[in-house]
Amino acid sequence: MANEIWVIVEQRDNKLKKVSFEILSQARKIADKIKAQVSAILMGYKVEGLANILGYYGAGQVFLCESDILKNYSNEGYSQIVADLAKEHQPLIILGPATAMGKDFLPKVAAKLNTGLASDCTFLDIDANGKLLLKKPIFAGKVIVDVSVSNSLQMASIRPNVLPISEPDESKQVQINKAEVKISTESIRAKVKEIIQSAKDKVDLTEAKVIVSGGRAMKSGDNFKILEELVGVLGESATVGASRAAVDSGFAPHDMQVGQTGKVVNPDLYIACGISGAIQHLAGMQTSKCIIAINKDPDAPIFQKANYGIVGDLFQVVPLLTQEIKKLKTEN
Amino acid sequence: MNVVVCLKQVPDTETKIQINPQKDGISDEGVKFVINPYDEYAIEQALRIKEKFGGEVTILCLGPDRATESIRTALAMGADKGVHLCDSAFEKLDSYATAKVLSKALKDIPFNIILLGKQAVDYDNSQVFSILAEMLNLPQVSVVIGLEISDDKTRLIAKREIEAGGLEVVESSLPAIIAAQKGLNEPRYASLPGIMKAKKKEIKKLALSDLGLSPDELKNKINMANFTFPPQRVAGKIIQGEAAEAVCELANLLHQEEKLI
Repeated sequence: MANEIWVIVEQRDNKLKKVSFEILSQARKIADKIKAQVSAILMGYKVEGLANILGYYGAGQVFLCESDILKNYSNEGYSQIVADLAKEHQPLIILGPATAMGKDFLPKVAAKLNTGLASDCTFLDIDANGKLLLKKPIFAGKVIVDVSVSNSLQMASIRPNVLPISEPDESKQVQINKAEVKISTESIRAKVKEIIQSAKDKVDLTEAKVIVSGGRAMKSGDNFKILEELVGVLGESATVGASRAAVDSGFAPHDMQVGQTGKVVNPDLYIACGISGAIQHLAGMQTSKCIIAINKDPDAPIFQKANYGIVGDLFQVVPLLTQEIKKLKTEN
Repeated sequence: MNVVVCLKQVPDTETKIQINPQKDGISDEGVKFVINPYDEYAIEQALRIKEKFGGEVTILCLGPDRATESIRTALAMGADKGVHLCDSAFEKLDSYATAKVLSKALKDIPFNIILLGKQAVDYDNSQVFSILAEMLNLPQVSVVIGLEISDDKTRLIAKREIEAGGLEVVESSLPAIIAAQKGLNEPRYASLPGIMKAKKKEIKKLALSDLGLSPDELKNKINMANFTFPPQRVAGKIIQGEAAEAVCELANLLHQEEKLI
């Protein structure tokens, strides 16, 4: 076995996802504890330019897998490449992101390698024997469990926005190993034909630093524009979310839903507007660092979880808050 | 066009979860069990495929005795028959072992497409669809919110959710495995005649030995232990006063105390 911890990094449109740096940073720390190397697996088309940056965050080497077959993501292509490489090089540990991509193909890699994948972990460390110490939320965060992989090759996927990113060290050199991509077009049966992006540069809920969410009390989809306006003054990493009640009432699309049958989020600031705080919603946002609740009903359960609450009409409070923050930002 | 829906019974999302005294699982007591919400979209889609192309919808469920009720609900919605994989050896299986049992059972069920939820809302692993696809050597599309099958029943086009509201349009050959996301459709309720008819529909029970599996083949690769509740948040400060005053104080708190803006 090679004394290596592998990190499968993720890029879309030749841009590395932040979660790649989060996992690399932590992988570097655990690798130091067991005196192992960190290798990054970079897949795509014409992505060699991204390899050096991976070195800054702790990768000693990069397995570069480039092919026009990899221009678009496919679970069959990506899983085959990682499994083939792992069979050849025998790493100790394989880590990857619990993103739309990672959730889709990492279990397949584990199955090909006949090992277990601890999925969607929010804690990652290692003991002196090289056994991964992992924690994972279940029931959308209502319960946390310790997870372990009983096979010698351990695999884990890590939730975005949880692990801290280390300061990049631009003096670090990285060794690039070009890996031959031995995949035929025919072996990919499920092919991406087109990618439809909704809003340009929209922040994903799972990666957002600030989320302003609306509930049933928003009364209509149009009214969400007051939340958009608040998001507009809260910086680039802010976005709008919604409760299940708002989604089921047709005020917002499902991809905006926060909670047990939506997204589990972990922002620095979560502003709940007109959300009562059903169990399934609280489960999805309770790890937010600071929660603000704005609700007419002083008995709404959301106030029990909020750092700060304002009992009042959101249609009055939210626009005032937008103005106030705008004022604060121009003053500073 | 024969469709198999893999169904799991899970605690209702509004249920308060209690951890058992051994801290290695949750307590079933007082828990309301329902069809995994994402599986409901899979059932609905299966019924729509059947309505368009004909064929049969089979519900394949791995779970304890109580799961019969959820299979019956799916039959009442319009599925044709159920297969219930029920054995004490099937308790607490990880995703790999679950997929292994399902894949064995699927050897005796004809299908053109397999539908299931993108994840079960209990253990949130979101792995079975992918491991099952690997074991059966089938293409997969996950987190699907749109599905069309070609008239000649050989291909499908699926829309799959990715980050930040984006979608991938994926084309695949059939047979294939589709993991459903909320938004795929609006699941129907069981009608009264549907409920009556469901009582007469067949639910075949299969145990470990019926599938030709040994307990050794189902050894978990993933182990969960030390079930704990996350740190409880304590209620913070309700900011009093008129809206304008309260907002002003809140903005200052966020700026000076929390350093968030």
